[in-house]
Amino acid sequence: MKIGVLIKRVPDTEARIRISDDSLTIDEKGIEFIINPYDEIALEYALQLKEKYGGEVVLICYGPTDAPTVIRKGLAMGADSAIHIEMKNMENEPAKSAKVLAPVIKEGNYDIIFCGKQAIDDDSCQTGSRLSVLLGLPCITEASKLEIDVEGKKVVAHKEIEGGVEVVEVSLPAIITAQKGLAEPRLPSLKGIMAAKKKPITTKSVSEPEPLSKVKKLEYPPTRPPGKKVGEGVDAVPKLVELLRNEAKVI
Amino acid sequence: MSILAFVEQRSGEFRKSAYEAVSEAKRLAQKLNTEAVALAIGHNIKSKASELARYGADRIIVADAEPFLNFVPDVYARLVVKAIHSTGATIILVPHTSLGRDLAPRVAEHLNAPMASDITSIDVIGTEVQIKRPVYAGKIRANVSFSTQPIVLSLRPKIFPSAELKGAGRLEELKADTDVFSGVKYIVRELKKIAGAKLDLTEADVIVSGGRGMKGPENYKILEELADLLGGVVGASRAAVDAGWRPHSDQVGQTGKTVSPTLYIACGISGAIQHLAGMSSSKVIVAINKDPEAPIFQVADYGIVGDLFEVVPALTKELKKYL
Repeated sequence: MKIGVLIKRVPDTEARIRISDDSLTIDEKGIEFIINPYDEIALEYALQLKEKYGGEVVLICYGPTDAPTVIRKGLAMGADSAIHIEMKNMENEPAKSAKVLAPVIKEGNYDIIFCGKQAIDDDSCQTGSRLSVLLGLPCITEASKLEIDVEGKKVVAHKEIEGGVEVVEVSLPAIITAQKGLAEPRLPSLKGIMAAKKKPITTKSVSEPEPLSKVKKLEYPPTRPPGKKVGEGVDAVPKLVELLRNEAKVI
Repeated sequence: MSILAFVEQRSGEFRKSAYEAVSEAKRLAQKLNTEAVALAIGHNIKSKASELARYGADRIIVADAEPFLNFVPDVYARLVVKAIHSTGATIILVPHTSLGRDLAPRVAEHLNAPMASDITSIDVIGTEVQIKRPVYAGKIRANVSFSTQPIVLSLRPKIFPSAELKGAGRLEELKADTDVFSGVKYIVRELKKIAGAKLDLTEADVIVSGGRGMKGPENYKILEELADLLGGVVGASRAAVDAGWRPHSDQVGQTGKTVSPTLYIACGISGAIQHLAGMSSSKVIVAINKDPEAPIFQVADYGIVGDLFEVVPALTKELKKYL
């Protein structure tokens, strides 16, 4: 199987995010960058598929010049090679990303393409579905469990929906976006980290289309007014209930 | 020109978020001096659809047929695109739910249109639309503008109020040709309701959440009792989910769900930044934690420092006097 996995470079979940002086971008100083956690789940599942059925796993990353640092982490986990599409227009815009990624994916002739259900920086959740339309391939979003029938070229997925689970089926080739629960990402072994240094990363420079939307301004969310400690232990409970009823009026 | 709201249904029932989208479409239509159109896709929904006038729909377009019962992304996207073409919609509102997160970007891509996801407010300045949306799981808020129309927007649930607004409510049918099914390779095999499933976290008015301080899965019973009493649901922190105490679907925070209930009660949750990101848009936050220095107290409206195993049952007991 030839498996493509889309990965994005994002700030670590524990990072404190600060806005730059231009109010348009975030200050990247001191931030550790990681593979988007949902992409990492997708990659782990792809590696398990390869271990079971053979084949290769190719990482595709559309990101800035320092993206290879994060790509190496994916190679250390076990991916075979990577394509780095250089991002020059730094506007983090889903319509632009999908248009940049689509021809590169098409060129690879993958049997299956994985990515995370969303990136945890811009939180857009658009890439998989937009690619589905652009590439004319079926797409299952937010899969938390998969059964792949390689012979029959079929995928059955479980999707968590509000209050239930949906079981859906598509034919291969297809795009799958990963939700938590699909796989538990491995930590790269020392051997994997050493091997990653020798694995090929192909750099591609493409023409980027104009974004259709633009960030005008970044701001911090309104801070919540300072709360009050009602008291300590069980004795504070009647006071809390009184406040919830009469001050907050939520009971 | 018009504002189009997609009306989400599952198994023939309209979701809460559907009414929110229709009401917001009406508010925008009033500002832009145009019509609010509600589009409902499903099976046996015609009679129900006429109710959408009460939430502000001026036109109600229904695609009602047996094969439309379940959400097949390509088919739904094509139907929405058809309705956009026939109404000249310039703004398309879709709820940011499991279904909407797949449908909306497809519609946008079909139209080569911009889309903003999970938005929390819409401003119209003259004829220009500007939206706000949380990014970095709510640590930052982005103001976004668009260089072309139509614009597709997915609305964060429970932010845009559904309201009784009067719409003209003209009912019409969307004629679908067989071409909406052509080449579709997506089959919905089954829709399983989770046994005893209550509301989804993103739809709940009250969430009682437990973290590392719960010490084990068996102790969530006291949170369930409190949640049941308040008509709410139980959530969890990443620590509790990673420990295997609760399912992934219960996780609140950056790699879980972002929630905006009326009341969020955090029990034994210290308040890691990735957790705060997922719940700080709650209207009222209560924290119960034995560590007075826990960061959760900085965002909580009301805090009790104490042992949750004593405080939570006492709170349930006290609330029973009033509920």
